[in-house]
Amino acid sequence: MQTDLGRPRATSVLVSAAVTVGVSGAALLALWVALRLAGLDATRALAALWEGSVGSTYALTSSMLVRATPLIFTGLAVALAFRAGVWNIGAEGQLLAGAAVAAVVGLWWEPGLGVATLPTALLLGAAAGALWAGIAAWLRTRFGVLEVISTIMLNFIALYGVGYLVRGPLQEPTHVYPQSAPLPDLARLPAIAPGMRLHWGFVLAVLTAPALWWMLRATAMGFRIRAAGQNADAARVAGQIDTARTTQHAFLLSGALAGLAGAVELTGVTFALYENISPGYGYTAIAVALLAGLDPLGVVLAGLLFGGLEAGALAMQRDAAVPAVVVSVVEALLVLLVLAAARWRSASALLTRIAGGAPRAEEGT
Amino acid sequence: MISAAQSFLEASVRTATPLALAALGETVAERAGVINIGLEGIVLAGAFGGLVAAWGGSLTAGFAGAAIAGVAVAALFAFFVVVLRADQIITGTAINLLALGLTGAFYRGLYGATGAALSIPTTGTTAVPGLAAIPLLGPVLFDQPAPTYAVYVLAPLLWWWLYHTHSGLALRATGERPEAASVAGISARRTRWMAILLGGALGGIGGGTLVLSQAGTFAEGMSAGRGFIAIAIVVLGRWHPLGVLAAALLFGAASALQFFFQAMSWALPYQLFLALPYVLTLLVLVGVAGRVTAPAALGRN
Repeated sequence: MQTDLGRPRATSVLVSAAVTVGVSGAALLALWVALRLAGLDATRALAALWEGSVGSTYALTSSMLVRATPLIFTGLAVALAFRAGVWNIGAEGQLLAGAAVAAVVGLWWEPGLGVATLPTALLLGAAAGALWAGIAAWLRTRFGVLEVISTIMLNFIALYGVGYLVRGPLQEPTHVYPQSAPLPDLARLPAIAPGMRLHWGFVLAVLTAPALWWMLRATAMGFRIRAAGQNADAARVAGQIDTARTTQHAFLLSGALAGLAGAVELTGVTFALYENISPGYGYTAIAVALLAGLDPLGVVLAGLLFGGLEAGALAMQRDAAVPAVVVSVVEALLVLLVLAAARWRSASALLTRIAGGAPRAEEGT
Repeated sequence: MISAAQSFLEASVRTATPLALAALGETVAERAGVINIGLEGIVLAGAFGGLVAAWGGSLTAGFAGAAIAGVAVAALFAFFVVVLRADQIITGTAINLLALGLTGAFYRGLYGATGAALSIPTTGTTAVPGLAAIPLLGPVLFDQPAPTYAVYVLAPLLWWWLYHTHSGLALRATGERPEAASVAGISARRTRWMAILLGGALGGIGGGTLVLSQAGTFAEGMSAGRGFIAIAIVVLGRWHPLGVLAAALLFGAASALQFFFQAMSWALPYQLFLALPYVLTLLVLVGVAGRVTAPAALGRN
């Protein structure tokens, strides 16, 4: 258990960046081998992966960065929760709750709200994510229900809830397709440049990271969260910290970030609510947060990496007939390699925290 | 009405079978102090392994292949958790991603990119002579595929093993007080290795059941959250094999309600029925709160 709560973070970002580059190369090599073993055209697949992510300005701005946006938001959500010792596996459900409420605001309240529609949709989307996380937080403090289990259950409930909404109250007017009507213009996040898919939500995500980093590092709230996550007993006894309350706040804030991911995805990318609006962003976010060493600034880097991988995977499926899902092999290997590296490089306090002393709930998992 | 009730109950047992297999395996692992979130990936790997082995051989080979695939994935989990002492939740999450990607790639690689579903004959049901003739419950409980009967045997067997044998006591001690257990000469590492591998075999067979007794084919991500549900079932069943069996049946029944209401042609949105088992699980978890304790060392390395 480490005690240096206030250690400088710049080095940890460098370490996580170096580790990221190293293990990314190894993971891509492993993907190449796996594709060869599966009898697929591995070289062509990796070329398509490159083309579809950073191979052109268009791929970079209209695919990779767009894809990275929800991963950064949800990655921040998971990093914050894990820092506080909360096993929030529910970013996926919180994202869906955020998207659903943002859709309600955009579709139903736009006539009354006017120019306030977009900010309201984003705010209430974040609130919906916090509320969805709040159910699990309440079940944990009131009844001792493990949040690992409850958040996973809530993910499924949110998924079927959205499925119901897009076939029921929010279904498009012709009642043919399981999706909502398109959002009015006032409910849409503007593109960064005309004709570009990249929207201002990306900038919002990138700016949220240093804000969260500063909050964790420099505020009393941030100190309480880190203390509660690293050693709940010590924080309670020696630090006079109400750890139950602190972890609850972190849980809600984590849900709000994931809810914002959903609201931004809806208002910036899809412009309509679908059942499969998220291809598992909330689950990938766990890998993003871990690769980042639970550091908000690292989350941006890891989010960009994973955004590139997923954008490239779509190109891979299109051009090389390799199912996009194989990119999760790379994501898994990244996490496993980081875990293994932590074992063999125990000198690094950052990595040790991920592998051995990861924050956990006081009642265990 | 009778036939609607009967098909509802049959569907309950059918849905419960793979969940019960996976959950019984997870019970053993959790009793040894290991929470394996990677069970979702193990179930998926078992489904794929079952298809591959059955395609080349027989249905029996299919179940063996499912178990082997589950054990292989579980071994990777055990290596990270027991040998490298990596965090259990994080490792499990990575294992799930890995299994999803590998099965997706290999399915496409082995069976071509045509997208045409590869189908194999399924086991069908085997009626137990005599017992299957009991009105209503006979066909429900005793005219099912072989894996269902395996569950009937396994649950009491695991109960007897955990509570009435020396090695079962050693396993539970490892999950409660690993330090004390090791003072008593029990190797926590070896015990956890064995528990995780057994959990992998049962989770794999659970996944294999989906392909070999139910769907007759594989689809990308076809475990569809069953591994996660099995983990919740372990909590519902209070880490007790017989409780886990009951919890799996309850979950199966909640899932099967949708068929029942469809048969009764009630005009309720089916998504609400799909969500029902998960809502019910949360409610039951609240209901058993305070009266149920996890193994004390669960999740700790």
